[in-house]
Amino acid sequence: MNESANDAVLDVRGLSKSFGGVDAVVDVSFTLQRGELLALIGPNGAGKTTCFNMLMGQLKPSAGKVYLNGENITGMAPRRIWRKGVGRTFQITGTYSSMTVVENIQMALLSHHRKIYSMMGVAHRQYRDEAMQLLQLVGMQDQSERPCAILAYGDLKRLEIAIALSHEPTLLLMDEPTAGMAPQERIALMQLTADIVSEKNLSVLFTEHDMDVVFAHAHRVMVLNRGQLIANASVEEVRNDPQVQEVYLGGGTLFKEQGASHA
Amino acid sequence: MLELSGVNSYYTKAHILRDLGFSVQAGQVVSLLGRNGAGKTTTLKSIMQLVKPRSGSISFEGQSLTALPPHRVAKLGLGYVPEDRRIFTDLTILENLEVGRQPARDGVYEWTIDVLFDLFPNLKERRQNRGKALSGGEQQMLSIARTLMGNPKLLLLDEPSEGIAPVIVEQLAETILKLKAEGLPVLLSEQNMHFARIVADRAVIVEGGSVKYDGTFEDLDAQPEIRDTYLSV
Amino acid sequence: MGLIVAQILTGLANAAALFLVASGLSLIFGVTRIVNFAHGSFYMLGAFIGYSLMQVLPGAIGFWSSVLLAGLLVGVIGVIVELCVLRPVYKAPELFQLVATFGVILVIQDLALMIWGAEDVLGPRAPGLKGIVRIMGEPVPKYDLALIAITPFVLFGLWYLISRTRVGILVRAATQDREMVGALGVNQAWLFTGVFFLGAALAGLGGAVQLPKGGADLLMDFNILAAIFVVVVIGGMGSLPGAYIAAVLISVLNVFGVAYLPQSTLVLMFVVMAVVLTIRPYGLLGREEVVGEHGQVGEPEQPIKPAGVKARIAVALLLLVLALLPLFGSKFATILATDIIIFCLFAASLHFLIGLGGLVSFGHAAFFGGGAYAAALLVSYVNAPMELAFLLAPLCAGMAAVIIGWLCIRLTGVYFAMLTLALAQLLWSLVFQWDEFTGGDDGMVDIWPAEWLSSTTAYFYFTMIVGIGGILFLRHVAHSPFGYALRASRDSARQAEATGINTKRVQWMAFSFAGAMAGVAGALFVFSKGSVFPVELEIARSFDGLIVVFLGGVKTLAGGVVGAAFLELVKDYLTRLEYWRLALGILIIIVVILAPNGIVGSIRKLAQRSGLVKNHYE
Repeated sequence: MNESANDAVLDVRGLSKSFGGVDAVVDVSFTLQRGELLALIGPNGAGKTTCFNMLMGQLKPSAGKVYLNGENITGMAPRRIWRKGVGRTFQITGTYSSMTVVENIQMALLSHHRKIYSMMGVAHRQYRDEAMQLLQLVGMQDQSERPCAILAYGDLKRLEIAIALSHEPTLLLMDEPTAGMAPQERIALMQLTADIVSEKNLSVLFTEHDMDVVFAHAHRVMVLNRGQLIANASVEEVRNDPQVQEVYLGGGTLFKEQGASHA
Repeated sequence: MLELSGVNSYYTKAHILRDLGFSVQAGQVVSLLGRNGAGKTTTLKSIMQLVKPRSGSISFEGQSLTALPPHRVAKLGLGYVPEDRRIFTDLTILENLEVGRQPARDGVYEWTIDVLFDLFPNLKERRQNRGKALSGGEQQMLSIARTLMGNPKLLLLDEPSEGIAPVIVEQLAETILKLKAEGLPVLLSEQNMHFARIVADRAVIVEGGSVKYDGTFEDLDAQPEIRDTYLSV
Repeated sequence: MGLIVAQILTGLANAAALFLVASGLSLIFGVTRIVNFAHGSFYMLGAFIGYSLMQVLPGAIGFWSSVLLAGLLVGVIGVIVELCVLRPVYKAPELFQLVATFGVILVIQDLALMIWGAEDVLGPRAPGLKGIVRIMGEPVPKYDLALIAITPFVLFGLWYLISRTRVGILVRAATQDREMVGALGVNQAWLFTGVFFLGAALAGLGGAVQLPKGGADLLMDFNILAAIFVVVVIGGMGSLPGAYIAAVLISVLNVFGVAYLPQSTLVLMFVVMAVVLTIRPYGLLGREEVVGEHGQVGEPEQPIKPAGVKARIAVALLLLVLALLPLFGSKFATILATDIIIFCLFAASLHFLIGLGGLVSFGHAAFFGGGAYAAALLVSYVNAPMELAFLLAPLCAGMAAVIIGWLCIRLTGVYFAMLTLALAQLLWSLVFQWDEFTGGDDGMVDIWPAEWLSSTTAYFYFTMIVGIGGILFLRHVAHSPFGYALRASRDSARQAEATGINTKRVQWMAFSFAGAMAGVAGALFVFSKGSVFPVELEIARSFDGLIVVFLGGVKTLAGGVVGAAFLELVKDYLTRLEYWRLALGILIIIVVILAPNGIVGSIRKLAQRSGLVKNHYE
């Protein structure tokens, strides 16, 4: 079972993907340790989403291997990878708009307990307590009976995290978790994530465009440019890396401004 | 030139804008600020009549916009660049620009494809490419260029910096400042305070669908309690 | 060799009308996202109007101007339909417009009957093109050659319009995001009207231009509908060259089919379609249909809950009244009630697919008729007792649904709808053309229930128990984990897959389950009537189901059942009138305009507004 040499939660080796001759991701290798919050940043079109989709099984890599807790999961279907203990949140939230908040989580729990083909019983009453506990974890227990379709955007994001945690994953993949949120919400959401990470000893890999979020919460940062990893180091090192500044962070007004307002 | 007062808008059944009012003067760049769900996008959509306000008045150069269909609002000279770009991904860049083309207007700068390609050189290189081949930043450029083809008198930009690499955001800020120099007033919504203060003359803070602050950024700095309550950067 | 060439030429000539009509349908769908069921009616009108014009306009010039004028007039009729019927319902939930166009079909059918009568009309031959030309010794009508020559020009003209002109660019942009086109200053309402004009005019032209070959009759609207759906889907939605290639392919194969395999003519077209879609799921030249975020209109669906005590009591009382019907009602009323329950079960099974699964099937009659035929065949050929046949019929229908579902479920949206339609038609044409086994057009008779159910009253109670039991079971499944998984797969397939749900398998199972339940309805039907005819498998029957699901309210659990009961009652009354289709069509259009959320949905909205029912959205 343990084909991977080290005890990393996620061990990615030589991952590559090309679309019709165009290399979207080239030879990406990295590991993720238990309890670590790892950020993946880079310009639009650098291959972040492609990388993510390969890790989660939406895309088959052209080359390379992905090991989860030592097990080779390369090319498995998303739903099988999920059953191996990987949770995921999306850049554009995907929730069940015709259900209530708590039913959204009950649905994931029903799937986790392999009840989705059951025509017995009333779904609304099953795994309710567990679902409420998960809602409590993300601070949404007061909204449990609201229709999901009328939630504010930030709440949808939190709900998605609760869904992703429903099968007690060891690894959480978050694609731009704070996209479309206000600064104050971004900080709150990432703080929540960080709390859950330390409480449950999870590992998290996330992509992000908001450097405030990345620099405040990531334990380590990887930078992807034109499909290649050009940096994989601590926040401070990446921030001062001239190559990263050139391709992504920029050296001009905005960044200084950002730094200044945080000082 | 743009006046909103007492605007109430609903999205499905939710009351989003509550007695919202502010104005944009000629030559100004005004930024709507506020957290997500505060009503910024709905404000811009209400101006364009993509969301029909239930009450209140919205007028542009003295003409009421309420009850007009969106295409008439656009014809009056309001150029709208939506939050999620909404470029036509199956059309080429040139065709996207063609959709936005409107006849010239008296006293308004007349944009041509060549001028726009000077402003956005990336687009020129890829003018025969389909929209779906563009990166997020390029899509934002195309969406702005497409709207400029309509020779607007006022540009509405919804969250222009959202989801774009910082390097591109800088270019975008320069572009908006260039447009301002051409005399084109801009109303934009932003969550990125840094970006907003670089490009905008005035801040309008929206929270819970109403205006909580309307003034310069300098005055805003002098009132940290407002900034911290509604923005908490 | 000469014969083969001549047959290919005939096929090419037949393709002309098919291409014209199909390209119009494709254009209208592309921009408005409306599957225009009434497109066959425009084609029929083109033929009749062209015929009338040719009676007054003489000579070759008269003939060709009649063709053009017919196209123009049908275009104008299309505009009237768009302005009066469709404009008020663009904001209604997706696919609701289907129902409106179905109303238009009915109205046009009766108007044509009033104006041109029930007799088939023989088309005049084209002046100057009456003779034949000998090609490699085989006779080929001159008119065929003219059609073959004209069609590529029409194709090129349309292609140029769509891909090279500003109007074409706007049309393509509107296909993708019509709201944004409006926000850029384009009056999209007129763009829609314009496209409707063009699409209807093309259908009208198609109808008029085929007059010398086929004439005009009152059945041509439905007869061409399946064919143009097939052409559009084989060619790829929105692709004009694709539509042309598909029209040629179908027409040429059809000519050869008639010559060499006369038993297969109807089946052939659908086999080709099934093969093409299996290899290329989005047609020959089509692209994958991306369900646009901006295509969504209407309010989101409200969460469902098991019925409360009050509702349960109300339903129980209603059932009690129904159960007393044979005691105080006439025999006729009892039969009518039996019919209604059967139709309600059929509608409820389709509603399960559409309302919960978002799987809009255009071919659900395959399983209703399939169940009925399965029972009939078992009784006729194996002498199965009624009870056994009744048990096996839903299984057979379910098996058919397993197979058809397996083929269709890979597709989404309109491609899914079209493939279900095609495969249902395949089943229908099998039954229709396999005389020796199924009785063909004459149907199967003498299929009566067992002795203990032979009285009208007994069979009514049997239908009540099985039919209403089935409806309640469908409702229960909606609340079960499986029903939730089905809704989850529809709401966000991405999230469902990412949380371990095999969405395609869930949908496939739901399709099979709904098919089996429709089979129950079919079995109930065949024993109540004692006979079954191919019409129970036809498109029109599938459409009946669709109409009531949307009319009742697709976003409400009770929608299918209420819509079915409403339509059956109304039909029972209206069919006593001479022009009942006209009345029914107008009624449907009025309901569509007044109650855009369906009957149940609109009643619920009224109740919410008046405060009788709690609204989740306030």
